[in-house]
Amino acid sequence: MSDVSYRELSLNGLWKNNPAIVQLLGLCPLLAVTGSVVNAIGLGIATTLVLVTSNTCVSIIRNIVSDAVRLPAFVMIIASAVTCIELLMQAFAYELYQILGIFLPLITTNCVILGRAEAFACKNSLLPSVYDGLIMGAGFGAVLVLLGGLRELAGTGALFADMDLLFGPAAASWKLVVFEDYQSFLLAILPPGAFIFTGLMIAVKNIIDARIQARLDAMKDKPVKGSKRVRVTGTIS
Amino acid sequence: MSLMRITSPHAHGPSRTSRVMQQVLLATLPGVIVLTHFFGFGTLVNIFWAGILAVAFEALALKLRKRPLGFYLGDYSALVTAVLLGIALPPYSPWWLIAVGIASAILLAKHLYGGLGYNPFNPAMVGYVVLLISFPVQMTSWAPPRGAGELPGLIDALQACFLPASFDGVTMATPLDLLKQNDSLLMEDLWQANPQFGRWGGLGWEWASIAFLAGGLWLLYQRVFTWHAPLSMLATLTLMAALFYDGGSSASGGSPLFHLLSGATMFGAFFIVTDPVSSAVSVRGRLIYGALIGLLVYLIRIFGNYPDAVAFAVLIMNLAAPFIDQYTQPRTYGHARQGGDR
Repeated sequence: MSDVSYRELSLNGLWKNNPAIVQLLGLCPLLAVTGSVVNAIGLGIATTLVLVTSNTCVSIIRNIVSDAVRLPAFVMIIASAVTCIELLMQAFAYELYQILGIFLPLITTNCVILGRAEAFACKNSLLPSVYDGLIMGAGFGAVLVLLGGLRELAGTGALFADMDLLFGPAAASWKLVVFEDYQSFLLAILPPGAFIFTGLMIAVKNIIDARIQARLDAMKDKPVKGSKRVRVTGTIS
Repeated sequence: MSLMRITSPHAHGPSRTSRVMQQVLLATLPGVIVLTHFFGFGTLVNIFWAGILAVAFEALALKLRKRPLGFYLGDYSALVTAVLLGIALPPYSPWWLIAVGIASAILLAKHLYGGLGYNPFNPAMVGYVVLLISFPVQMTSWAPPRGAGELPGLIDALQACFLPASFDGVTMATPLDLLKQNDSLLMEDLWQANPQFGRWGGLGWEWASIAFLAGGLWLLYQRVFTWHAPLSMLATLTLMAALFYDGGSSASGGSPLFHLLSGATMFGAFFIVTDPVSSAVSVRGRLIYGALIGLLVYLIRIFGNYPDAVAFAVLIMNLAAPFIDQYTQPRTYGHARQGGDR
């Protein structure tokens, strides 16, 4: 398949086939660690790196591995990639590594990654596969960050707290207090908040899609002036 | 909701939603009066502010959903939710607490699921639980009842609601709270050490419970609901308390009378458990539904993390209500039982 359109791939990963709010894959980390922006960015970056690495390797070996053993092979690749990323985070962002905890190794079981390996990388050449991994990771990460931001804002009344865990000591001052004197709204940070906010995000996306569809339909069905209605006498003014 | 009378004559006054809701509102009156007598104007301010917000949120949701405003606002259901939540919340709650609760109840629990008649959960209880989980400090601080502390006046009550920063209220643990925290005392010592305890239950709460019981009995007499769910809930709770209570130590969880007249037992039994939308509907189903709520209330009160449990128990059983209905479908007259020959 050499006729892969990068435009199509981007649109798919970021909006039309977004792994988080359309395919609803990887919900476990999505719901569990999006209590704040910094956690969301950390997990988003980790997932994207794993996706790109695994898609690259899978695409390279796609003609060598036989169909019968492809799934074990993919899982081995993904697990190795996750281990590398985990060690990297342990080395360069230790506090965040501790906060994300079990959800880092659990990226291995994140359906997005195996899903992309199976549905895309094992059927496409190297470059589109790498790009697909990147853009799917970006789509997943964007949802994570948006959800993390919403929940952090609703939960604590501030944004970008503890960014120094990821971006070094200089980022400690990035914390943005949006509402002064805010009573922390625990529900938003607790798991039920994740479900409610994810549901609301999916609802908003569906509303936007319906609007776009309605507009497209309205443009498509406009009859030409003077054309005759089927089985109806008279002309359209 | 229109219930056909079976015996002739078959002409009957149709009971409309708005009429039922008005009767429920009326039935809360004795309880509200007693609460106001014992705890001051806090409950009234709660109900007043919750009512305004509920109607506003209901109108907003109806407008967004492009539904006729007059028809749905006229059924009083939003007002009932507001009154129930206003009673359940601690008196002298700040305005934003009530606003978050009402928004969760009306927007999240009711209109996201399709409005009145489609909500799987009791809206007032969803609002209450959202608040209890999110703001434990504000939600577990009750004003001291008359006889155990000084009552704030009306101006103070308004100030507590709308200018919470400048209100310096006194709060106390509720009797159920105290029972939970002190598990190595004799009941008599507990009673003597804390002025919040009354004759049988909490001071003030016991009379409010009796008033809610009276309101509930009036609703029963008016045939707004049947006796099955409330009675089976109260009976199960009594049975559980009687089983565990050893007659004197606070570790054994209070006497049956204490459980019946403390916290939200009576209020829950007659105003929450009987919600026609979110409860089980068949007769046997209502018996099971009520009994399991009574069981859960006792278990969560004694073994759970929160002092009172009616809201959690009701929400859990709301979830199970369709399942209960599935297995307790009454036999249609003239048809054989499923799998049976009669």
